[in-house]
Amino acid sequence: MKLVVAIFRSEKLSDVLEALFRAEVRGLTIARVEGHGGEVEPVETYRGTTVRMELSEKVRIEIGVSDHFVNPTVQAILAAARTGEVGDGKVFVLPVEKVYRIRTGEEDQSAVTPLFPPRENE
Amino acid sequence: MISPLNGADTAWMLISTALVLLMTPALGFFYGGLVRGKNALNTMMMSVSALGFVGLAWALIGYSLAFSEGTSFVGGFSHLALVGVGLEAQGTIPHILFMAYQGTFAIITAALISGAIVERMRFPPYLIFISLWSILVYAPVAHWVWGGGFLSTMGALDFAGGTVVHINAAVAALVAALMLGPRKDYARQAMLPHNVPFTVLGAGLLWFGWFGFNAGSALSAGPSAALAFANTMLAPTATLVVWTLLDLRRSGKVTAVGAATAIVVGLVAITPAAGLVSPISAIVLGAVAAVPSYFGLLWRARTRLDDSLDVVAAHGLGGTVGALLTGVFAEKAWGSPVDGLLFGNPKQFGIQVVAILVVGLYSAAASWSILKVVNVFAPLRVSKRDEGLGLDVSQHGEEAYVRGEGALLILKDALPSVVVAAATAATAVSLGVGGRS
Repeated sequence: MKLVVAIFRSEKLSDVLEALFRAEVRGLTIARVEGHGGEVEPVETYRGTTVRMELSEKVRIEIGVSDHFVNPTVQAILAAARTGEVGDGKVFVLPVEKVYRIRTGEEDQSAVTPLFPPRENE
Repeated sequence: MISPLNGADTAWMLISTALVLLMTPALGFFYGGLVRGKNALNTMMMSVSALGFVGLAWALIGYSLAFSEGTSFVGGFSHLALVGVGLEAQGTIPHILFMAYQGTFAIITAALISGAIVERMRFPPYLIFISLWSILVYAPVAHWVWGGGFLSTMGALDFAGGTVVHINAAVAALVAALMLGPRKDYARQAMLPHNVPFTVLGAGLLWFGWFGFNAGSALSAGPSAALAFANTMLAPTATLVVWTLLDLRRSGKVTAVGAATAIVVGLVAITPAAGLVSPISAIVLGAVAAVPSYFGLLWRARTRLDDSLDVVAAHGLGGTVGALLTGVFAEKAWGSPVDGLLFGNPKQFGIQVVAILVVGLYSAAASWSILKVVNVFAPLRVSKRDEGLGLDVSQHGEEAYVRGEGALLILKDALPSVVVAAATAATAVSLGVGGRS
């Protein structure tokens, strides 16, 4: 099993969630974060004070997935979060040592497998 | 000779003018709360800028076209740049005060249109559009009904602007929404109001200002103003109650956005009738007006018409119901120049229908033409990327809810000239690609 961590544009959140649900990926955590990905910073002015907004709002999602889900998850995020401009974000896939499902105490593979198995064609 | 000027009338009209002016920033809050946070300032600025651009256009050109001697279709040029608008009496108040009072109407009417085109229109063409619209559409229509034009000769009743203000603005809004097309996320993503308390605040301030709008339209501090004042209080109470009951029946829950909308619909509906109908008629009128607007905006949300903040449902339908029922409930006993259908004068209803159709058709044709021409010189629509980024950053270079972390001060002498150039260039912000929800 793996932990997929993705950081991308917050305006793409709806698209990514839709793509993940289509790929039957259920169960994720979302955090609103700020960061910088090398993009050109917007310039803003407040009463003569001109500033460059170095940090822009991004969304970070974390999904614990069983092995056969890793690729569909990553592909769904890549396709849905891409605009082609600098600042689209990153996807990280991390190894996971142990996972427990709190409700049942299930461990590892069974703890990150959705309650309903994925469709055959996915 | 006794001066026709009356101190009490003048005092009331001074207050009324300030009350109506407050309605425009109030509208900014009403609309601003209903959009997403990344477009809050842009939406509010659409109202705030109308104070400047339409107010100035009114003083320089609009007032003359609306209220100076002219033909039955448009006023003349004798009051251009306020020439001949002085301290002399216009009715019982100083002419200059009459001009200012009417100017506040022009401002809010143009600002009302913005509700249909929020979150996607470039700001410079918006400014050009409302300035031209106030001169080419609002001023002539005001002349037809209030400045001695053909609709007033025909006997159309419009006490405070149901046709001139609300139907006129709503038709322009419908045309503008169709020409700009829906927002890119429309019907694809949920677009929720970012600050419902602002909307409730805006509705409250609108109601407060509307006492000046309706009771001030008596242009005096007498019984007619008192009747309009009471009706402005009573009609929205009925609308609010009926709207609440409809909400309860539909979903079992009474919504705050619904209540704020109901208040505005009630105020819109009573506007043309305010000083012409009995208080009980006003209550019936307010109650009836809730129904078409309530179902109108439910229906609209299922269509491809992105009249984003439902200007047509609230002001178009509410204004039409009000204008029609004015022709039904008007009573000589309550100060109306003629009786309505219910009091033995069915002809008045027909006159109201004609006035609504004439104003609606003219507003549609003229608004369409103005937008077409403006679009040639200044494209109306923002780019998809700017729309995603939000219009606050892309159009104004500001954010409504800025945190300030990561904001680097740009000092002219401390940074490479390329950055300074970017900071001062008007287009710099459109380079930004940082996402904001």
